[in-house]
Amino acid sequence: MDFINQHIQEIYFVIFCVFIGIEVISNVPAILHTPLMSGANAISGVILVGAIIVMLNVPEDDYLNLTLGGIAVFLGTLNISGGFFVTGRMLKMFSPKKENNK
Amino acid sequence: MQAIIEIGYLLATLSFLGGLKFMSSPKNAKTGNLIAASGMTLAVVITFISAVTETVPYTNLIILFLAIAVGTVVGKRLSDKVEMTGMPQLVSLFNATGGGCAMLLGLVEANQMDAATAILGNKILLISGLITGAVALTGSIIAERKLAGKVKDRRTKLVIFSARFLLLLMFLLPMLYFIGFIPVEFTVFMYILAVIAMVYGVLFVLPIGGADMPVVISLLNSITGIATAFAGFVYGNKVMIAGGIFVGAAGILLTLLMCKAMNRSLMKVLAGTFKKSKGGAAEEEQEIKDISVSETALALSFAQRVAIVPGYGLAVAQAQHTCGQLQQMLEKRNCEVDYIIHPVAGRMPGHMNVLLAEANVEYSRLKEMDEGNENMSQYDMVLVIGANDVVNPAAENNPDSPVYGMPIIRAHESKQVVVMKRSMGKGYAGVQNDLFGLDNCSILFGDAKVSLQEIINQLKLI
Repeated sequence: MDFINQHIQEIYFVIFCVFIGIEVISNVPAILHTPLMSGANAISGVILVGAIIVMLNVPEDDYLNLTLGGIAVFLGTLNISGGFFVTGRMLKMFSPKKENNK
Repeated sequence: MQAIIEIGYLLATLSFLGGLKFMSSPKNAKTGNLIAASGMTLAVVITFISAVTETVPYTNLIILFLAIAVGTVVGKRLSDKVEMTGMPQLVSLFNATGGGCAMLLGLVEANQMDAATAILGNKILLISGLITGAVALTGSIIAERKLAGKVKDRRTKLVIFSARFLLLLMFLLPMLYFIGFIPVEFTVFMYILAVIAMVYGVLFVLPIGGADMPVVISLLNSITGIATAFAGFVYGNKVMIAGGIFVGAAGILLTLLMCKAMNRSLMKVLAGTFKKSKGGAAEEEQEIKDISVSETALALSFAQRVAIVPGYGLAVAQAQHTCGQLQQMLEKRNCEVDYIIHPVAGRMPGHMNVLLAEANVEYSRLKEMDEGNENMSQYDMVLVIGANDVVNPAAENNPDSPVYGMPIIRAHESKQVVVMKRSMGKGYAGVQNDLFGLDNCSILFGDAKVSLQEIINQLKLI
């Protein structure tokens, strides 16, 4: 119960996010589903924020956790950079034709 | 100071939402991607500002910056190198990294926190984040291997049974732990759960068939998002919650869409089962007419409207560019060319559109299935390239067929159908295609790319 009291704001927030997310994403046409997915994938890399916070709180001589945290940060960054770069690359292919068009 | 941090996070959250919103049209999608990427950078920078104090040891900072630098470079490299046909593999791989990050985060956080004083709610969140992250990690890796053709489907009873057993364990063990039945340290318990969840991830994806991969990738994507949201809850960080939930919603939505396009329930896809064909009666001999390259070219030269139905076979043959050339050529002869794309064409949602965009096909030419079906009778010719089950009329008129009920592209309603095929092999569903026996359908045997090239050469002469 304590937990719910402490987190009631977040719980509201989650519920709103679910609905907003579904609303926004259901408007994406099938032609862009792959970029949508890889873009969304990159956004899930926001977990990096958590990894950074953890990493900064690990004691200096705690090598196990430093290693695990380091790998976590690496993976998170890889997710973000790879995700956005590859989405950008895909979307670039969709855009030049619009200039020829008009 | 605190206000700046909060505003920064707020802006980042909005940028994710804006980025996804902009994805609704091909014109703005690129801007959307940039917005989301800048939001992400902002979130990371803000985190640094808020969390770095003078007490943070240098070792941590060095490792941190090194990890970020290497991660960025490797990510850029991978995304520059990938072929568009290999896109689903790469997206799976990136998804695995996100899951892995969530899992490790759970482990480190468990090691760090004072297990005695931490409240139950936080522990449950940590466990949930750990499990979802670990499943996404190994599941995505197996999905990637399967897409690359390195791992075959294993649909044995043992695999399915152990997967269900582990799933049960993942629910049961935490409960038992919190009641006090499992007398181990919280950190040790977390390691045990991580291993169980990782094994489950492998067993979960193994039995799922290659053609169902679009569903699995979307689902795993969604799981990573949910893992992120769990972690966000632990830190009370709204950017993480929002980002995670948006991704989770996107993943679930695409998963259900894909399932609908295949007329199979999510449960059936996950169990890896197909409806069995009833009896042998359906397997009657078909009379198949084959057609030569020059006949096809001749027919095309008279056509006013042509539709191309591409399937994964087109991508396998690397024929998308040749296909684009054929289209330009036909357009020069005042023939209208449309592409009709089935929602599950390719190996991930929307994959075929990307492949054709790479071949410089205008996106206004890419028609969705329903639109194509409405105008089907107006097409003088439909070219089916490397697709099979998605044009099988049995899905509409043969209740005994395993594909019955699946939405299809009604190629058979056009004036003439030419199917390009390598051989008489069956599609993924392993069913005979009734289309091939119809009067208006003929088959052009051979490699799609070679055939297309020959058609182009012939057309030049006509």
